[in-house]
Amino acid sequence: MLAGAWLSLQVALAALAIAMALGVVGAMARLAPQPALRASAEAYATLVRGVPELVLMLLVFYGGQGLVGGALEALGLPPVEIDQFMAGVFTLGFIYGAYLSETFRGALLGVPPGQWEAGLAYGMGRGRVFWRLILPQAARLALPGLTNNWLVLLKATALVSVIGLQDMMYLAKQAGSATREPFTYLLWAGAGYLALTSASLLALRLLSRRVSVGVRHGEI
Amino acid sequence: MDFSVLFEPANLQLYAEGLFTTLWLLLAAVSAGLLLSIPAAVWRVSRQRWLAWPVAAYTYVVRGTPMLLQLYLIYYGLAQFDVVRDSAAWGALSSAGFCAALALTLNTVAYTTEMLAGALRATAPGEIEAAHSVGMSRMQMLRRIVLPSALRRSLPAYGNEVIMMLHATSLASTVTLLDLTAAADRLYANYYLPFEPFIAAALVYIALTFGLTRLFKAAERRWLAHLQARG
Repeated sequence: MLAGAWLSLQVALAALAIAMALGVVGAMARLAPQPALRASAEAYATLVRGVPELVLMLLVFYGGQGLVGGALEALGLPPVEIDQFMAGVFTLGFIYGAYLSETFRGALLGVPPGQWEAGLAYGMGRGRVFWRLILPQAARLALPGLTNNWLVLLKATALVSVIGLQDMMYLAKQAGSATREPFTYLLWAGAGYLALTSASLLALRLLSRRVSVGVRHGEI
Repeated sequence: MDFSVLFEPANLQLYAEGLFTTLWLLLAAVSAGLLLSIPAAVWRVSRQRWLAWPVAAYTYVVRGTPMLLQLYLIYYGLAQFDVVRDSAAWGALSSAGFCAALALTLNTVAYTTEMLAGALRATAPGEIEAAHSVGMSRMQMLRRIVLPSALRRSLPAYGNEVIMMLHATSLASTVTLLDLTAAADRLYANYYLPFEPFIAAALVYIALTFGLTRLFKAAERRWLAHLQARG
């Protein structure tokens, strides 16, 4: 069970890394001056968020194999076996990248434009303004949304059990049917997920306190 | 890509059956869920600890665990107990359709309750004072003042919840139900077409999502007209 919990966490963290990268790129594209970039990022966010995770997971798992295989063959490279871990991580990363691009877009819009102007006025390049001024401020604004997205992602990792990856969910179901005590084992898995989500909430609360240092909160 | 095989009458019928299952699951879960969430939300914000605490514990546990796990607990898990197998409810609990509807309902109740509770807490204190000052009872105040405005204000968030539920119905395919996702999965297995069946199902889900979005936009125009910018 512990091994399963560790695998669930690994899937979630790896998918988060991909989703963050896709989310930042997606958000920047949504705010880019080029209409083609904007349209494709918007299509990505809207289409992916309109389809259930499970359907995308099956699509990528069954379809992705052939697609990658065909691409490698066309390039004359040796075939690569896509295992369930990679399929699960890539699919979840791809899906939550769309959700995160929305979160990040809102956060980037929340940074006052004066910050851009101030950075440029000091003679910083656009890239440097983005990395040194805009991104740190947007991170603070993105944190509440990111917390929600992370919790949903963590729970969505249970879906990788459907494509046969031996995560906490899969092991609980197997052990449950082997011992004819499915309820007991599933309940333990539930406790495992609850522990992971509770720990994440605590950690993210501490992080949010850290990144909000210096922010004044109005007294209600 | 060859979508033509999907349009054979037998396969179209498979999709139609799947769509029907998806829709009735959604409708059953959302309507039962909303009915249960309203009293639960009132308890959640109640000052009586013994009312508020159990609801808070329930939403915390349900929102902290995956929906798939809840579904498995009900469908596979409950059979472990002889008490359940011998009880009168076993007839319903051994059917995948009932279990899926039950799991979806219990899940949406947790999210909807928290959402409504947030809206209830945001009620302007002056409205409550006004209700007290004209001598309304607690029930009268809830029915005439607090709930109508809280339900309206949670409309945008509730639209998102219904769309999440639509997507959650796809999990029913993992407990032998023939929903839209299961229909695509079966066509994949029959023809070994990895892309087409799932893309077709995805397009139907997208269409349903857009339909729901428009429905809720229309509902907002109707019931939240007082909050909209005047053009």
